[in-house]
Amino acid sequence: MNPLGLYAPGTSPLHRTPAGPKLLGLMVFVTVVVILGTVPWLAGACGVAALGYLVARPPWTRVWQVLRLLIVLAVLVGGLQLWLVGLEPALVTVLRLVAALAAANLFTLTTRIDAVVAAVEHGLGPLRRFGVRPEQLGLLVGLTVQAVGTLAAIAGSVREAAVARGAGRSPTAFAVPFVVRTLRHADELGEALAARGIGDTANDADGDSGDTGDTGDTDGPADHRAPGAAR
Amino acid sequence: MITYESVGHRYDDRTVLDDVTLALPEHRVGLVGANGSGKSTLARMVNGLVRPTSGRVLVDGLDPTEQGAAVRRRVGFVFTNPDSQIVMPTAGEDVAFSLRRTVRNRADRAARAAEVLAAHGLEGYADHPAHQLSGGQKQLLALCGMLALDPDVLVCDEPTTLLDLRNTRRFAEILRGLRQQVLVVTHDLDLLADFDRVVVLDGGKVVADDAPAPAIRHYRDLVA
Repeated sequence: MNPLGLYAPGTSPLHRTPAGPKLLGLMVFVTVVVILGTVPWLAGACGVAALGYLVARPPWTRVWQVLRLLIVLAVLVGGLQLWLVGLEPALVTVLRLVAALAAANLFTLTTRIDAVVAAVEHGLGPLRRFGVRPEQLGLLVGLTVQAVGTLAAIAGSVREAAVARGAGRSPTAFAVPFVVRTLRHADELGEALAARGIGDTANDADGDSGDTGDTGDTDGPADHRAPGAAR
Repeated sequence: MITYESVGHRYDDRTVLDDVTLALPEHRVGLVGANGSGKSTLARMVNGLVRPTSGRVLVDGLDPTEQGAAVRRRVGFVFTNPDSQIVMPTAGEDVAFSLRRTVRNRADRAARAAEVLAAHGLEGYADHPAHQLSGGQKQLLALCGMLALDPDVLVCDEPTTLLDLRNTRRFAEILRGLRQQVLVVTHDLDLLADFDRVVVLDGGKVVADDAPAPAIRHYRDLVA
């Protein structure tokens, strides 16, 4: 369902590396791949990524999923580049793309989202004094990864519905329900997150213990303030 | 204890709830009514997802409008569609997500999450991709995500609408065993058979408030 794959449980050294250093390693790797501009070096980078897969030993079906996607992408992008700018630039682009995507996917395969979220929160901790809220950014990372799978699922079921009505080729028969369902999902997700206490700030949580008594009758009806505004 | 004190709610000029006053100390309370009768709105007010436009709601003496965070720590909420309640990729991570504030250590959190899953029929599913679970298992997972926080009140908005008969019974069975006060909005009248109290809403007003059998009879007469 999710084209980029998700965590595949395992016990390899790559699985055991803490998420923070691994994320940092991935960022360095991708930066290097972007800077490198020659075919042999980039081929080497692809080799390193491939070696990573040998170490991590994810299930073959998952590797094949990614490989299929990479091949399609490589053929499309490579073909276009070959036609537009020639063989060598085409190879550079394709190898760069393959190395970066393969490495990023390896990270997803070997790292729990929970751990990524915790690592992002931890890494951004020092920025708290500048008003950054690391918990929220961590959650954002987690939800973004999740959104890939969710949107793919919505797209799949909307396409099925369009085909069932004989409108498989109509762009509006796809786009309208897709947007509506996505927005409705966003609403429901927002409610579910609010119900789980997300967005209730730590201050709120601390401040509440002190004033749990009856708020009295002075607060009139038609009270429409935001939660927490009373303080 | 959930109390509604002449609670009203309107969207623009449409009245959703009209002067509802209720005190709900019972352990298991059901809310039934037609689509648009206001029952979901009434349920959402318990944890401040919807605010009354007049009157007020109190949960153990706390007003969700004023003290939202404190109320939400006491009130768990299970929605109809588990797909939008599950926010993490695996079942274990999703339950662990609820525990982020309370259990600091990640390994403890994962262990606690696995315990909660095991206690509600999802033993061994901690590493399972959440979105590949069956509909019934997903709803159980959504319930686990809430129960992990050990709330005092559990509100469920049509929790069994998307479930088959077996999973509906299983869900009902779990609800029956909870120490939490349970407030269930539902169209599944069988689910309410052994509840302590059933409130029937119609057009934003309470039209019956009784033991399940007479209340449900009233609801059926209303439709007939």
